[in-house]
Amino acid sequence: MNRMEAALRELGEMDDLAAQSSPVHRRHAVAKLLATVGYIAVVLSFPKYAMAALTPMALWPVALFQLSGVPVSTCFRKLRYVLPLVMAVGLFNPLFDRSPLLYVGGAAVSGGVVSMVTLMMKGVLCLMASFLLMATTSIDCLCAALRTLHVPGMLVTLLLLTYRYTGVLTEELAVMTEAYHLRAPGQKGIHVSAWGSFLGQLLLRSMDRARELYDSMVLRGYHGHFHYAPVGAFGLWDGLYLALCLGAFALVRLVDVTGWLGGLLVR
Amino acid sequence: MISFENVSYSYEKGRPAVRNVSFRIQDGEAVGLIGANGAGKSTLMKLLLGLVQGQGRITVDGVTVESTNLPQVRRSLGCVLQNSDNQMFMPTVYEDMMFGPLNAMVPREEAERQVDEVLSALDITALKHRHNHRLSGGEKRMAAIATVLAMNPAAVLMDEPTSALDPYYRRVVIRAIGNMEQTKLIAAHDLDMIWDTCQRVILLDGGEIVADGPKETVLRDKKLLEQHHMELPLRFQNV
Ligand SMILES: Nc1ncnc2c1ncn2[C@@H]1O[C@H](COP(=O)(O)OP(=O)(O)OP(=O)(O)O)[C@@H](O)[C@H]1O
Ligand SMILES: [Mg+2]
Repeated sequence: MNRMEAALRELGEMDDLAAQSSPVHRRHAVAKLLATVGYIAVVLSFPKYAMAALTPMALWPVALFQLSGVPVSTCFRKLRYVLPLVMAVGLFNPLFDRSPLLYVGGAAVSGGVVSMVTLMMKGVLCLMASFLLMATTSIDCLCAALRTLHVPGMLVTLLLLTYRYTGVLTEELAVMTEAYHLRAPGQKGIHVSAWGSFLGQLLLRSMDRARELYDSMVLRGYHGHFHYAPVGAFGLWDGLYLALCLGAFALVRLVDVTGWLGGLLVR
Repeated sequence: MISFENVSYSYEKGRPAVRNVSFRIQDGEAVGLIGANGAGKSTLMKLLLGLVQGQGRITVDGVTVESTNLPQVRRSLGCVLQNSDNQMFMPTVYEDMMFGPLNAMVPREEAERQVDEVLSALDITALKHRHNHRLSGGEKRMAAIATVLAMNPAAVLMDEPTSALDPYYRRVVIRAIGNMEQTKLIAAHDLDMIWDTCQRVILLDGGEIVADGPKETVLRDKKLLEQHHMELPLRFQNV
């Protein structure tokens, strides 16, 4: 299997995950979407030195992994390209902010280090939350949810097509690299002289295909509505789930749970 | 009824892909569209579906094919594209088949019944829950045909429905087409399939209609076919 095919397989994996069944998968897409947005907003709202107070927020993704049966390893495998970028964001903080903030066993830890770790945690948590949303909700249900929340149809269609376009682009790339290597055996990668035409062809071909995909959606009655997405009614459980999640986030944000727990232990 | 009046279209200036084409298809008629590579068959279908707009007038049941009427026109047409890779966009065959009926507001149970019927008529019940991106070329073709039949459109357009199919599924498709009561317009190089499924044949060359008549006159005319880079259907080649 060449690298491209592996990439394709990986793309399909998201659909597979979203098609599974679990208490999380069964929740209404709107509930999951709002919970995720709420989670991200709360995580981002923590102050920059709030490393300890932020920690309990990690419980939510952990619980979701448990309940949904989505493997944690898949999450980190899929995010392996983005994670380093997110981690790099706070990398220079320790250089700028050197004032000692706390002491661990006598060694001073500077504000920069704490804010760096906090920033990394925020990034990882938000990525995990988005991943979990995608892994437990099909793209069509997600789009349907966005429409219910009155996001303009144009934007939602754009999102849907971007998602599908990724697949088409990777597929074309797979076909083209394969064709290239069949006629250039033993060559490693694609020769620089062919990059321009290769890239041009790739864009043209994948755009043609994406166009045909969109055409066939329209031909089968798509007009920016998601009647076909298997979205049921927003039930009692969905409401409870959403209320519970948002309530818990608010609690962790407003009450310093770690500090309080620590206080209990020390006393 | 489908009607073309003096329709022309060119993708690039000075190189018309369809030239001054006029014909009518009555309700329930089965018409084969034949012609060499690049003759304009697929373009003709795109014109009918309103995917490209050219000169002249095309009507479907009296409604002109133009941007304001497209949803109405397309509701009565089902189309199997030449490249079935680009036709399916939902994760599984089942979801893809449900897409059309649900968009047309067919109730879910009813749509499920329709889907199951089509699957068994095409003998591909085994594909129902398979993933689209993991199907073989021929399986994709069958699934693409199934997605269109599940919509139960008033007229069916098929661009090369039997390409990539093995002999068994080719016959299944021919039988399924034969059993459909809808208006049919089928473009193909497989002239034997056209013979089995259509009563009337339109022959295109260079974007123009060069013959239009009952299959017996067009498909058995060796000279006419050879003039336009085609050959007799296999079944007539040794007589
Ligand atoms: N997207 C396009 N851009 C420019 N020219 C095109 C495009 N698609 C088709 N053509 C040209 O239009 C003409 C008719 O093409 P069309 O696809 O209708 O042929 P066809 O009869 O379907 O052929 P085939 O049997 O190979 O499918 C051809 O000369 C082709 O080169
Ligand atoms: Mg064609």
